[in-house]
Amino acid sequence: MKTDSAPKLKTPDPQHQLAVHVQGVDKSFGDGNARLKVLKDITLDVRAGEITMLVGPSGCGKTTLISIMAGTLGVDAGQVTVFGENLTTMRKSAITRFRAQNIGFIFQQFHLIPTLTCVENASVPLLIQGVSTSKAEKKAREMLELVGLGDRAKHRPTQLSGGQQQRVAIARALVHEPRLVICDEPTAALDAKNGTIVMDLFEKIARIPGRAVVVVTHDNRIFSHADRIAQMDDGRIVEVHDVDRDAPPVISH
Amino acid sequence: MIRLALKMLFGDTGKYLMLVAGLFFATFLMAQQVAVFCGLIRWTTATLKNVPAPIWVVEGRVEQVNETNPMLDTDVTRVRSVDCVAWAQPVYVGMQRVRLPNGNFKVIQLIGIDSTTFAGAPVKLREGKIESIRQPHSVIIDDLGIKRLAVERGKPVKVGDAFEINDQEARVVGIADAMTSFTGGPYVWTTYNRALQYAPSQRKMLSAVLAAPKPGISPEDAAADIQRTTGLKAFVNRDFSLDEGADKTEFNTSTIWWYVRNTGIPISFGITVIVGFIVGTAISSQTFYTFVMEHMKHLGALKAMGASNFKLCQMLICQALTVGLIGYGLGIGATAMFGRGALANEEPPFYMPEIVPFAVLGVILCICMLSALIGIWRVSRLEPAMVFRG
Repeated sequence: MKTDSAPKLKTPDPQHQLAVHVQGVDKSFGDGNARLKVLKDITLDVRAGEITMLVGPSGCGKTTLISIMAGTLGVDAGQVTVFGENLTTMRKSAITRFRAQNIGFIFQQFHLIPTLTCVENASVPLLIQGVSTSKAEKKAREMLELVGLGDRAKHRPTQLSGGQQQRVAIARALVHEPRLVICDEPTAALDAKNGTIVMDLFEKIARIPGRAVVVVTHDNRIFSHADRIAQMDDGRIVEVHDVDRDAPPVISH
Repeated sequence: MIRLALKMLFGDTGKYLMLVAGLFFATFLMAQQVAVFCGLIRWTTATLKNVPAPIWVVEGRVEQVNETNPMLDTDVTRVRSVDCVAWAQPVYVGMQRVRLPNGNFKVIQLIGIDSTTFAGAPVKLREGKIESIRQPHSVIIDDLGIKRLAVERGKPVKVGDAFEINDQEARVVGIADAMTSFTGGPYVWTTYNRALQYAPSQRKMLSAVLAAPKPGISPEDAAADIQRTTGLKAFVNRDFSLDEGADKTEFNTSTIWWYVRNTGIPISFGITVIVGFIVGTAISSQTFYTFVMEHMKHLGALKAMGASNFKLCQMLICQALTVGLIGYGLGIGATAMFGRGALANEEPPFYMPEIVPFAVLGVILCICMLSALIGIWRVSRLEPAMVFRG
């Protein structure tokens, strides 16, 4: 599943297409005395063709930040631009449409629908876009082949291992060919072997031109798969750096 | 997405069956109870169906056919003298006791009709001829009577059998098809004069006068004329009507409203129907809400993946309507089977006006929409970002 050409030490590339641009974002939850500011003046760029990882301790705001990048959560201040579209000025319905067409999601708990087969689960994003069932399932089958689960198309999620379920979730995230894939703790429920398989798939996705992958993780076993790592703490980005893919991981958590 | 919604629904077998069962129960209880109520209320007008005449003339304070106030025999001639009336004949209607050969007794609805014109004779005779009641001690019984007046179970009464009415012989010369009476007693027709002999003597014995308008005059106009001329009350005998004023001029309507106003029957059935509605609503709403709550993370994931609130609402409505229509279909099917059995046995009363299945369907769809609305309310407030919070 590894890409043919292993990436070398990355250097900032001014020509690199910007997938996500987060500028001066603040976000708070609650009211009055209970109001808690979880993101403080966040500025971050996610470049296309790369895997960007958000890391940091629990409660530092990683999940809130990817929710904002995905357009599932609004901001109090600042701007979020995804592939040139300013989500902070878009109407909710437009954001929903934008999300359906451009963003793929991989959740920590997979969120596969247990009463649907793998191919039906994987076809959901296309069905949301109004594609016919036969076309959607044909494409979903191709995606399941890509993640190595072609022979499990008719199985239900409960008949699969955790790693296989996550791969179905990946097939679902990619079936509509989104430009941005957002992954929340994708390997948290997986063992090392399945975690590696999943991350190899992400690398493959990220190398497709015009695509970007953002991964929130605590799992330091997968840091080596990142192109860039943004370290967060207490609602702020404290460090962003490119990763030397040939060197051992530089960040320990 | 609709297919997906249905798969989600059918996949959760426990909740799906619970929802269908709740709506089946509600449908059956509402449709069956309304049909039994309508059947029972219809039985109150059985005398008007079994003793047909365009106009019934009764004493001025009478409100319903089962509670007549006797009139003088001369009132028949007073009615005949009204210009609009083509003919008028006396009729006796009263409950009497029958003694069977084995000593057992039964209550009957005795009808005495004019022996010349047979005005008020049964509409359809299954056996025998109407003229036969002119023979001494002759009576015609209805199809219920052949079972009720049987000496032994399984040995129905037949033409030629005899029993006693107030110690006087009554011999069966015919069997009629008739609607069951409200009291459950069989109808027994005989001549007016013989009916007066069977019944205990009173100063006044005439129950009502049956009349018909002259050609070209409507029963309503003739009835109004009779009332104006004689001071008696004249009702037309058509069928129950919700038209304004029908309870004053139409005898079926007047009779039914009397029972609605003066008995606990509507309240009793009404309570059962309301219980059916409440239980159906409670079960389906609660189960559907639990179903939605248990699928909240999946609905949240769909929302995060770009499913609009409208699409999710469509899914929930589709699920609610599907269980509603299945539950309704099963419930109406069960009601139809119950009705078939009831009509075959002629009890309990069962009559389902055409509007009832549609009205029950409307109520069931309202229950479904209410259930769906609770789910929609939750889903519309659902933050798609919640799926990231596990």
